[in-house]
Amino acid sequence: MRHLLSTKDLARSEAIAVLDVAEDMAQITSLEVRKLPTLRGKTIVNLFFEDSTRTRVSFEVAAKRLSADVITFNAKGSSLSKGESLKDTAQTLAALGADAVVVRHPASGASRVLADSGWIAAGIVNAGDGTHEHPTQALLDAFTIRRRLHGDAARGRGLDGVSVAIVGDILHSRVARSNVWLLTILGATVSLVAPATLLPVSTSGWPVTVGHDLDAALDAGPDVVMMLRIQSERMNAAFFPSVGEYSRIWGLDDQRVARLPPASMVMHPGPMNRGLEISANVADSARSTVLEQVANGVSIRMAVLYTLLAGSVSA
Amino acid sequence: MSARIVLQPSDIARALTRITHEILESNRGGADLVILGIPTRGVFLARRIGAALDSIEPGSGLVGALDVTMYRDDLAHNPTRPPHRTDLPPGGITGKTVVLVDDVLYSGRTVRAALDALGALGRPRVVRLAVLVDRGHRELPIRADFVGKNLPTSTKERVSVRLIEIDRAEEVTIQ
Repeated sequence: MRHLLSTKDLARSEAIAVLDVAEDMAQITSLEVRKLPTLRGKTIVNLFFEDSTRTRVSFEVAAKRLSADVITFNAKGSSLSKGESLKDTAQTLAALGADAVVVRHPASGASRVLADSGWIAAGIVNAGDGTHEHPTQALLDAFTIRRRLHGDAARGRGLDGVSVAIVGDILHSRVARSNVWLLTILGATVSLVAPATLLPVSTSGWPVTVGHDLDAALDAGPDVVMMLRIQSERMNAAFFPSVGEYSRIWGLDDQRVARLPPASMVMHPGPMNRGLEISANVADSARSTVLEQVANGVSIRMAVLYTLLAGSVSA
Repeated sequence: MSARIVLQPSDIARALTRITHEILESNRGGADLVILGIPTRGVFLARRIGAALDSIEPGSGLVGALDVTMYRDDLAHNPTRPPHRTDLPPGGITGKTVVLVDDVLYSGRTVRAALDALGALGRPRVVRLAVLVDRGHRELPIRADFVGKNLPTSTKERVSVRLIEIDRAEEVTIQ
């Protein structure tokens, strides 16, 4: 693997390989010395054109645990805010000797442009591009589900037979898109549950079922309920009448969670709008995997950086 | 070029039994022993040595696996290799006598990586090295303490260890 741009072009074997490497990376946290010398001398640049806390910090921690040098650029406070083009930024980073660039950009396809342009030879990791994809988030979600279901016996397994309901703002969610492709290739069945205004115009090419009733979706007893954040920063029109109404019809609260089978887990990619799409009680309950997702994010990102950077550049 | 068998199943069993006794002799008993196999085949050899230790001195065969992939110095020269799992017996390795087990000792680079990997896990009192085959051609100042068979080879030859646990055969061949 040279780049990680989307989960759509991952093969099942590649995805499982990354998840398995992440299992090994997860062991590092229990070591006396929580650092591996594997990527010593490699330079990884985090290029963030959009705000982020957990993804940026997670990539930084992951790179540092593998002994790589990390440089983080935020759009604010760098020449990016002076209007420098993506091309000039990329060429600057190439001249500085970056081995990998982790990029988050508000434009869908930005990471693909970087990878295909020839401006920079480094490996590109998509850390979220517009409303397109966020592959490492999907990988860590799959990893979290697999670990909850199989524990130490998770290695080598897919998610065959697991049912996942993704609920909420599908339209603006790159997390949803990446998860649809990844979970499907791993063998899970995915259903999207959202008001019609928060669904893409057409989901006909997607391997999913679509529903418009959260209670019916919960009564179907999915193994995983994945709540999505209402992305108010991307909402330039009225997608639902009011916050109160959204929370009442689409919010996951105690009464709704009680309809789920006891083993079902509740996921949220964060940051959460407590009280809007998910109630504080549910977010902090034992079903919730929110903090596991954050911890697993480091293991997954270590696995991705390892897979992209440790070997010789071949394919 | 055809492969020549240098160790039969019975030879392998005898070698491991002898190594087991040598480990016990050098450690003056089975106290504080931790046998760590280096994946892939070292792990199976370590388990066999552990079982043999346990039958001689019950409770002495603490076995684990030590993956060294992340510590190799040749990572950048090969396609990305998947790491294996590291498993330590309860109690860890600090203050213990650790015996590293691998199938073939060649350049010594795997063992160097293993020594680095151990450093991240704790501080053993002593580290020893047991190998089924020592084929020479060391590139580092590393020597095995317990050797199943010394096998003079040329660098052009290939030594293959097959173990019944994963290879459906039990033999050491050279070709």
